[in-house]
Amino acid sequence: MFEEIRNRKNLQLLFGLLTGIAFGFLLQKGGVTRYDVIIGQLLLEDFTVVKVMLTAVVTGMVGIHFLESLGAVHLHPKPGSVGSSVVGGVIFGVGFGILGYCPGTVMGAVGQGNLDALFGGVTGILIGTAAFASAYPKLERTVLHKGDFGDVTLPLLLKVNQWLVVIPAAMLLGLVLIFLERVGF
Amino acid sequence: MEWFALERWSPYTVGFGIGLLSWISFLLSDKALGCSTAFTRTSGMVERLIRGAKVRKKLYYQKFPPVIEWEWMVVVGIVIGAFISARLSGSFEWQWVPGKWAAAFGDGSIKRTCFALLGGFFMGVGARWAGGCTSGHGISGTLQLAVSSWVAAACFFIGGIGTAFVVYKVLG
Repeated sequence: MFEEIRNRKNLQLLFGLLTGIAFGFLLQKGGVTRYDVIIGQLLLEDFTVVKVMLTAVVTGMVGIHFLESLGAVHLHPKPGSVGSSVVGGVIFGVGFGILGYCPGTVMGAVGQGNLDALFGGVTGILIGTAAFASAYPKLERTVLHKGDFGDVTLPLLLKVNQWLVVIPAAMLLGLVLIFLERVGF
Repeated sequence: MEWFALERWSPYTVGFGIGLLSWISFLLSDKALGCSTAFTRTSGMVERLIRGAKVRKKLYYQKFPPVIEWEWMVVVGIVIGAFISARLSGSFEWQWVPGKWAAAFGDGSIKRTCFALLGGFFMGVGARWAGGCTSGHGISGTLQLAVSSWVAAACFFIGGIGTAFVVYKVLG
């Protein structure tokens, strides 16, 4: 049933738009489209961003693995390596700390009227992605595959049933959230 | 309806909603929610306008062709969704300089925009270097328990926290 829907191109464009509208609505309601909230998180003063992300991860993780065990969805883990995930991750982090939005929330910030997000953030990200595209052939040959670990997931890495990771991980992340509330963040 | 007019929802409600959205996008679209690939496609479209069809020959644009697809529409939708939410709560406001920035560095819009451009540049490079952003790796990848995403998400926050402390506690 879903295969048929997934292959209908124009319907998927509409689904994308609707998914984005719901995502943007939620991000704005959560306050995470605001520069002050994101910088507050990075300065460890306001834990809204972490609370939103961890709740989404726990909810998504349990649901997706359940649907996967029914054969209703396929996982799409991304490949990674030290040269790509660590180096790229830190470069992203530097941008995160200066810009105070991320590629999703910067669009939400535009939607709520933030002009620095539009003229600075979006423009800067586009220039950055274009610069990366130009440097890609060279980076691909040199750094991107250093210390490759492929598209492995934690259950595959540990060679255990997925639920043996999903359940403890969900409990651990839940405890982190309870801890954050307890200490008053 | 009153609920939709609230300025803020609990972060747990919002997180739960985003989690549900991930189920829907996997089920209906066979996709993990993400954003930064759409920026690559857009920069490819802009480059094609400036430099012509030869842009298509670039290796990275062969991997991610400059076309409109599901994720590109998601990114457009985010602007609309945030606009609707902000209008419903009356929090929509044109603003050049966010409050926290203004308190530390003044309310000059050119200074803030230049820093946002610089930050955006690093973010664009880093997102593609790492193969994803706070959505694609930080939420969608970690919930699939992908090792690459947990590593990348940790590095996003290590780099972000370090940089924010330098910006606010050293320069500010």
